[in-house]
Amino acid sequence: MEVEIKVRRFNGEKSYWQKYRVPVLSGMTVLDALLYIKENIDATLSFRYSCRMGVCGSCAVKINNKPRLACETQILQLKDVQIEPINNFRVIKDLITDFDDFFAKHRIVKPYLIRKNDSYEKPVEMIQTPKQLKKYYRYSLCIKCGACNSVCPVSSTRDDYLGPAIMTTVYRFMTDNRDEGKDERFKIVSSERGVWRCHFASECSEVCPKNVEPAKAVQKLRIKSIIYEIKKFFK
Amino acid sequence: MKVQHDIVIVGGGLAGLRAAIASAERSRKLEIAIISKTYPIRCHSVCAEGGTAAVLREGDSFDLHAWDTIKGSDFLADQDAVEFFVKEIPSEILRLDNWGCPWSRTKDGRIAQRAFGGQSFNRTVFAADRTGFHEVHTLYERTLMYPNIIRYDEYFLTNLIIEDNEIRGVTAIELKSGDLILFEAKAVILATGGAGRLYGFTTYSHQVTGDGMAIAYRAGIPLKDMEFFQFHPTGLVPSGILMTEACRGEGGYLRNKYGERFMEKYAPEMMELAPRDVVSRAMWREIVEGRGIESEHGAYIALDLTHLGEERIDERLPLIRDAAKKFAGIDPVEEPIPVRPVAHYTMGGIHTNINTETQVRGLYAAGEVACVSIHGANRLGSNSTAECLVFGRVAGERAADYALKKEFRHVKSESFKKEEKKIFDDFLKKSGDENPYEIKKELTKVMDDNFWIFRNGEDMKEGVKKIRELKERYKNVEIVDKSRRFNTDLINTMEIGFMLDVAEVVAIGALMRKESRGSHYRLDYPERDDKNWLKHTLVYYNENGPIVKYIPVKITKWMPVERKY
Repeated sequence: MEVEIKVRRFNGEKSYWQKYRVPVLSGMTVLDALLYIKENIDATLSFRYSCRMGVCGSCAVKINNKPRLACETQILQLKDVQIEPINNFRVIKDLITDFDDFFAKHRIVKPYLIRKNDSYEKPVEMIQTPKQLKKYYRYSLCIKCGACNSVCPVSSTRDDYLGPAIMTTVYRFMTDNRDEGKDERFKIVSSERGVWRCHFASECSEVCPKNVEPAKAVQKLRIKSIIYEIKKFFK
Repeated sequence: MKVQHDIVIVGGGLAGLRAAIASAERSRKLEIAIISKTYPIRCHSVCAEGGTAAVLREGDSFDLHAWDTIKGSDFLADQDAVEFFVKEIPSEILRLDNWGCPWSRTKDGRIAQRAFGGQSFNRTVFAADRTGFHEVHTLYERTLMYPNIIRYDEYFLTNLIIEDNEIRGVTAIELKSGDLILFEAKAVILATGGAGRLYGFTTYSHQVTGDGMAIAYRAGIPLKDMEFFQFHPTGLVPSGILMTEACRGEGGYLRNKYGERFMEKYAPEMMELAPRDVVSRAMWREIVEGRGIESEHGAYIALDLTHLGEERIDERLPLIRDAAKKFAGIDPVEEPIPVRPVAHYTMGGIHTNINTETQVRGLYAAGEVACVSIHGANRLGSNSTAECLVFGRVAGERAADYALKKEFRHVKSESFKKEEKKIFDDFLKKSGDENPYEIKKELTKVMDDNFWIFRNGEDMKEGVKKIRELKERYKNVEIVDKSRRFNTDLINTMEIGFMLDVAEVVAIGALMRKESRGSHYRLDYPERDDKNWLKHTLVYYNENGPIVKYIPVKITKWMPVERKY
């Protein structure tokens, strides 16, 4: 059986649609189809991929208008196949988009445990009960694929907005009982580019391939920020 | 373009990230660059699932972990390296804890441990079944703390620059612009990972093509013990996606088509938790002798978790459940998972000593790209992430100490221009009539057919011949995409060139070694032969074909004995 696949291409100057016909077997994913095209039909077609099992976050593309991981999407479950780069990221070539700004924002929010008496030479075992772990664990599963940012209405209009993925990371560290860096991070996320910009469109949670629920994280982070601001006021 | 950094680390996986932190902790004055061909969190280390072995609790001991590792290695590991390795892991586990790794916990909040193959104590620390993923993210995020760690994401290593047997730097293509960049450095650490995409049925991410191994090898540095390739017992059929050993560590069974737990014939004591070489061979024998379960994707073995219950599977093996559903349409709570042995780990690698030093001054190698050797002929599950942490740290510290004492030496501009011409004028622009992807397809088929779990001299001889034919044909490849920006066609074609060289080394080493040891099992020489073969293979590059030498194994206190499980 053959399927027609329509791919949005970009060569640095112009953007256009190209159609390919690909033989399909059961179990074949969109990534398998793209690889088939590259190896057998058109070696110039460019896209990112790596683990092919949904953990590395390389292959988020827009499939029939919805951002998904190409490696996790079964071709036979789709009627027509139309593949484009995800929105809200600058396109470099074909399906490859620029993530440099995304990762730069990740760095801004101090996404690591901040601890006052951290010893590199003599680390000690810390206590974290399964209940404490569960409080943030879901939010630690973000693979930074960009799917949530690509549907976020605020990210589409404001370049400085941190976006759902990065704010989820903030919430993940803010809820970790081993962390002592809350003040530093509140300063960053309580700003114009942080939690107050979110419209709660919640589309980010709908498209997340790992069910991380970024919308919930942002909402909870906002509540935490309000409490922080009130406390600061009375200090 | 040219940049200059004290230390250049190539590879943004577990070993590379750990090395960067170690160097940065050694001195805030050093500038440390990480070059990686994907964004670091897209590296293959994120696919590690089951855990990291460490001696943490009473009842366990360093000697016991060392013994398990050495017996697991079929006595080919260097015992001084293993003794050092096991002592260094516990503090690495605690550092990751202090840096934010979401380790799975016991009820009272301490770091939990689980059973693993060939480990005689429950010593595998884990973060559900996403251990590598969480370790990488924790280390990556930690590197963001250090202003002196500078990243070059999506840069593709093309060569090492060595003068007077001393490292001077590396060259790499910046994918986004397509330009070749010269990195001058006092010290270089290779942490580029293994070579598992040599095989077609494999657990590896697509980008694991042995680049660092091939580049070091071409520069005259020997590759060690490359004939030892690990076949993991449980690759999901048909994709090859890893079904972690933790499935069996948590109590899963392997069954043939009669429903028998056949491991009782092969390893009556440890059963499904015997080391990977033993289990994979047993499964392959079941399949070859017709006791596999037939399917449209060939015969398979059933990995049965149904008796574990939904709650335990969701708590301990959530990724496995998700992957089995998404990629095989099977819910392991309800029915067994179809699996088959699958290429999983490169025991061999760049020959280093216990300090991660290569024979070139200032050049270090750590993680899967290196062969220290602590895994010998068969690595135990949960020792690989441990190796990346321990020897990544060692490399980072050693490179830092070396760089602190060293002055920059400029690279002659001719050698950079030569490399630029070689890639963009000679290679990218040339025409030919071979499709590189066709060559790759044929290469992986030779590896799957002739250098798989059961090997024999005739097939391997045929395989070496075929690899050499492919190398000839490769000279005539044409890269279709002639553009410069983000040219993945160029990168893939260069990778295939690296794969061919590494494949030849695997093949020659395997053909020459006339015994069976660990993962290297020969039907024509089915016994281990300590008298003639208790030694490491070293393969050196030569224009007229590889040169093979041997060096002794370091034995401190454990003499080889028969290996039973």
